[in-house]
Amino acid sequence: MPAVPLSLLWLVPALPLVGFVVNGTLALARPTAKRAVSIVGVGTLVLAFAAAAIAVAGLARHHATAPLVFRYWEWIPAGDLQVAFALQLDQLAAVMILVVTGVGALIHVFSVGYMHEDPGYARYFAYLNLFVFFMLILVLGANFPVMFVGWEGVGLCSYLLIGFWFNEQINADAGKKAFIVNRIGDFGFLVAMFLIFTRFGSLDFETVFAKAPAVLMPGGAVATTITLFLFLGCTGKSAQIPLYTWLPDAMQGPTPVSALIHAATMVTAGVYLVARCGVLFALSPLGSAVVAGVGALTALFAATIALKQWDIKRVLAYSTVSQLGYMFVGAGTGAYAAGIFHLVTHAFFKALLFLGSGSVIHAMHHAYHATHTDADAQDMRNMGGLRHYLPWTGALMWIATLAIAGIPPFAGFFSKDEILGAAFAEATIRPLWYAFWAMGLAAALLTAFYMTRLMLYTFHGPNRTGERERAHLHEAPPVMTGPLALLGILTVLGGALNVPELLGGHAFLERWLEPVTGVAQRLQPAVEVAHATEWALVAGAVLIAVLGIVGAFRLLKPEALVSARLAPPERGLARLLWKKWYVDELYDAIIVRPVMWVSREVLWKIVDARIVDGVLVNGTAAASRAVGWLGSRLQTGEVGVYVVLFVIGVLAVVGAAVR
Amino acid sequence: MLLGPSLAVSAVLFALGVAGVLLRRNAIVIFMCVELMLNAVNLTFVALAQQLGVAGQIFVFFVMAVAAAEAGVGLAIMLAIYRHRHTVNLQNINLLKG
Repeated sequence: MPAVPLSLLWLVPALPLVGFVVNGTLALARPTAKRAVSIVGVGTLVLAFAAAAIAVAGLARHHATAPLVFRYWEWIPAGDLQVAFALQLDQLAAVMILVVTGVGALIHVFSVGYMHEDPGYARYFAYLNLFVFFMLILVLGANFPVMFVGWEGVGLCSYLLIGFWFNEQINADAGKKAFIVNRIGDFGFLVAMFLIFTRFGSLDFETVFAKAPAVLMPGGAVATTITLFLFLGCTGKSAQIPLYTWLPDAMQGPTPVSALIHAATMVTAGVYLVARCGVLFALSPLGSAVVAGVGALTALFAATIALKQWDIKRVLAYSTVSQLGYMFVGAGTGAYAAGIFHLVTHAFFKALLFLGSGSVIHAMHHAYHATHTDADAQDMRNMGGLRHYLPWTGALMWIATLAIAGIPPFAGFFSKDEILGAAFAEATIRPLWYAFWAMGLAAALLTAFYMTRLMLYTFHGPNRTGERERAHLHEAPPVMTGPLALLGILTVLGGALNVPELLGGHAFLERWLEPVTGVAQRLQPAVEVAHATEWALVAGAVLIAVLGIVGAFRLLKPEALVSARLAPPERGLARLLWKKWYVDELYDAIIVRPVMWVSREVLWKIVDARIVDGVLVNGTAAASRAVGWLGSRLQTGEVGVYVVLFVIGVLAVVGAAVR
Repeated sequence: MLLGPSLAVSAVLFALGVAGVLLRRNAIVIFMCVELMLNAVNLTFVALAQQLGVAGQIFVFFVMAVAAAEAGVGLAIMLAIYRHRHTVNLQNINLLKG
């Protein structure tokens, strides 16, 4: 039986929920009580992290090979469908709750500094707490519906926080875009759930995954359909082709939100889902090939766009899309542990990069605000030379940049290398994976390049902020640099979680996740390659990363940049990348406009105005009026007519009675 | 034992009453025709009471009482209408037209 601390698992999601209720009440009743909001908002997260750590320690002591399921109440008892509100703790969920509450707590602390001047401070923390609650429900849910509640809940919080400054149209539009694009993915998730229920008669993870090898024919149409619909859900939530367009726009939200929701946690839910349903994906080679293929394509495609973005957060957004692609390459290859490992290290270094950019934007915004200048505080062309003004932020962001580029010994090197290695090994039996591996490698080169570009333009070269503004540029307060430093430490040490045996490590995370990924691994065994090949791959990956960084130093001239206002428009290929391959415009032309046209010209003007309003509503009224008019013709007001009618009536009644 | 002729007379009286109500325009005349119909019914009651028991005769008193009350109310209404409109011709009284 589970030990005592484990039965308190419900505390982990309950604490942020308490934070939401208290902060939500404060937001309505006393929005100026910032000290109380900070204590509640950050405090509940720290406590949740402590509770999560205790639970995970209990799990580790327990040496559980099966997930520990806690059923709290019958939620949907409807005939054959029996869904309990149940949470489950296993090794995968353990990793996720530690990342969510740990990185979440750091980002909450950062937010105290970043959002301090904002009038919506209490509302912000209420939403952020609610997000963490739903994210924990998502990763702790013991069946698909509970997970779906979390899945939808984080989508809602994402919408609320993207449009946090909703009095500007562009922010509200970005929130709506994220919400609507995610609906398309959620449709896939729902269809997959229905299919699973019709096949398995249950939606509990334990039952479904235990029965899967018997129920689903390996490589069969049903397994493929289920996995592809599940993956459609993942492309929405985790911003993969073709549904990735919402994530760059989501950068309209406050920067800590981008760090927490749109880099570290929510967008990785899709990777978590694929890893969670590893058994199903292992049964469908086509399904996992699509996952890996879309991941590789997204990794490369998003990296090309990141090359030419000027908004510092957009670079990071496309970088996130690209890195999520990597995780899907890992998950689609069957290297679930590698995918989850990259998820964890990415949470560290991308949160660090986003919070660092938040620190930069904070300083820039402050400078422009102090001098009443109306310039873009997020445009890298307005930055430059910031390392003199924000030394800590600059140094820590360099660490994260080296990590994401894949320079040893930083965290990203280990996780990215493991994914590329697994893809290459898979290619020896499935040659298609050579293409995925090559795309991943190309994306790694571009990643090193665009991240170095971001650092060069932001922190090096001459400053382009403006003469008067320069005096106001300064490092962020300790409440913001503190979390940055902690994330920096995690970025440096995170790779130690899963040092491969090749490099003398023990692959701790891989062994830890073995109880979860084991079934899928046995269905789809990993391919081993020779040590010499592995060494060559590692050396190649590092070489590529170094090439990207050195290339950026050689090719880019931060000295030649001019501030955004004076910059000439891009031309040629640069313009194509700057315009994001015109994908938004393409979607607008082939989907948004036709849908709008059909809605306006058919659904509104014909179905609504003519049929519903015209025939049904007004038609009923007209028919009533016509019958009423006929009836009123009988009311002549002349007694004689009434008498005649009366007599006819009496005769009719009498006649009927006699017969 | 004049049941057949009695019923025949009452039927004729009733038909005359109905015809009068249907065809005449003067409210007083219509009123009289209604009384005629009531009395035709009374005659039927009395005639049938010979065979079916005394209840029919008692019913006649009720009908006469109702007829008297009706006459009282009806004539009062007609008087009021006449004072108002200087006519009791029903063709001219059609304010309740729909």
